[in-house]
Amino acid sequence: MNELGRRLWADPAGRAGTVILLLLILAVIALPPMLPDHRVQPDIVRGAQPPSAHHLLGTDNLNRDVFARVVRGGQISLLVAAGAVLMSVTLGTLVGLVAGYAGGWVDGVLMRLVDATLAVPRLFLLLLLVAALEHIPLGILILSIGATGWLGTSRLVRAEVLRLKALDFTRGAVALGARPSRVIFTHLLPNVTGPLAVATTLAVGDVILLEAGLSFLGLGVQPPTPSWGGMILDAKPYIVSAPWSSLAPGAAIVLTVLAVNLVGDALSHAQAEGG
Amino acid sequence: MTSVLEVRELRVRFPGRAAPAWPVDGVDFTLERGEMLALVGESGSGKSLTSLALLRLVPAPGTITSDSSIRLGEIDVMSLDGDALRRIRGRRIGLVMQDALGSLNPVLTIGDQLCETIRTHFPLSRSAARARAEALLAEVALPDPARRLTSYPHQLSGGQRQRVLLALALAGEPEVLIADEPTSSLDVTVQAQILALIDHLRASRGMAVLLITHDLAIVAGRADRVAVMYAGRIVETGATRTVFATPGHPYTRGLLDSLPRLRGPVRLVEPIGGSVPSPDDWPAGCRFHPRCPRRMPACTSQPPVVPVAPGHTMRCWLPRTAP
Repeated sequence: MNELGRRLWADPAGRAGTVILLLLILAVIALPPMLPDHRVQPDIVRGAQPPSAHHLLGTDNLNRDVFARVVRGGQISLLVAAGAVLMSVTLGTLVGLVAGYAGGWVDGVLMRLVDATLAVPRLFLLLLLVAALEHIPLGILILSIGATGWLGTSRLVRAEVLRLKALDFTRGAVALGARPSRVIFTHLLPNVTGPLAVATTLAVGDVILLEAGLSFLGLGVQPPTPSWGGMILDAKPYIVSAPWSSLAPGAAIVLTVLAVNLVGDALSHAQAEGG
Repeated sequence: MTSVLEVRELRVRFPGRAAPAWPVDGVDFTLERGEMLALVGESGSGKSLTSLALLRLVPAPGTITSDSSIRLGEIDVMSLDGDALRRIRGRRIGLVMQDALGSLNPVLTIGDQLCETIRTHFPLSRSAARARAEALLAEVALPDPARRLTSYPHQLSGGQRQRVLLALALAGEPEVLIADEPTSSLDVTVQAQILALIDHLRASRGMAVLLITHDLAIVAGRADRVAVMYAGRIVETGATRTVFATPGHPYTRGLLDSLPRLRGPVRLVEPIGGSVPSPDDWPAGCRFHPRCPRRMPACTSQPPVVPVAPGHTMRCWLPRTAP
């Protein structure tokens, strides 16, 4: 794992992605207390103001500071991404480990379930899940995204486990009396962390886009809580008169996803190099 | 002497498309306390599968037939399952695998792997397990054991890894050690060191060792007794000295003749023609007869087990018909 980190840092693209990502995380954690209150009374009369010394990225149609909203939206987006990815990776890893190790009918049932669910597009599945609710709490949103994201991970982990299971050290551990749970968690799991790290990182980018898309459709994070997708939706009618109010969250999405993908790519290269 | 391991009529069956295959087909042997028995055979003779069967680790879809008997002291291994079986594996019978690199987990340190195995069998604290791990590494003569605990397998040489595997197999303090081709991936000088180490551990721990090998040369002078396996059966057993001096079975003679000699008159090495038949199509009667230089009509029926000398038996028709 340390070795992987070292190789990630040695790759210029990986280093750039890591730095951008760390700065983004630092910004959404440290900045909010210093920003103007986003719950300030909306001012429709003044409307959208262009960027100025007072409002770095201008204000939106309700005269709310765009920079402050992008930062708070980022907080929500990263929170959703972290929560959902953590959940889907955990779930996917568990299913993959069990299916791969147990084999036989357990493997058959689990993997056919995965195949069947993968046949339905994820966005469609999510729309079905959240559209059924009138009001969508943040927790439910995270759960829904997490619950639909583990399928790919489970396939990846299962394939790795099948490969590892045939190796002598796994059979050796059994021959020396290790119980199945021990074989799975001490011998198999540490050996899948490399590919898992790559998949996890790339999944973060996917989830940020997915959440932005859902919010843009009005089915994600609910106003007045700011989110990047939601801000673009709000700013859509003013794209000509006040382009800054949609460009800023759009740029934030691009920057974050780009950074995440840089890290993911660099990780997968580092993975391929050293194994 | 008391026997620690007694194997009778061990058969392993693999379902086949046409007919089932019997790669291990009626193996009998006993392992006495503190002795080293060498199980010798060509590739495909069923010797490795025999060792896995002793731990009930025959890979699926293979099964051990129910009339097989494996007795470990007072324990009937065939009647065990689940937890009881796990308490045998590593604790009573230790296994050293042949591939020293592949048999160690690449992402865990030597110390982690040893401690894990120790704590599987004994209720010890982390630090106590660590101390025992260090002692085990010292026992297998790995230089600088304390530092080696934090090494990863790829940081060790082949011989060092084989020593670590031995330490792992010893972690459960087994009374039987199975060493399956423990030296086949090592160069000759290291081979000799590892074998000497196994022999030393056998003596110091009073452990019985089942040494599985295709190499008769490493058996001489090390093993107390030798069992020659051919096509799923043991064809000749006896004290190593007498089997080497007066081999009874034509197959054993063939094996010995195919070894180059350093002493005595110069002669050509004589290989045995052909190769081991396939386990789903064993020849009828004596399984060696199609390759045997001394075959006769009787060989197409099952040969009896006959004594050659005290404690030395073989499965062959020769003594009954010899003039």
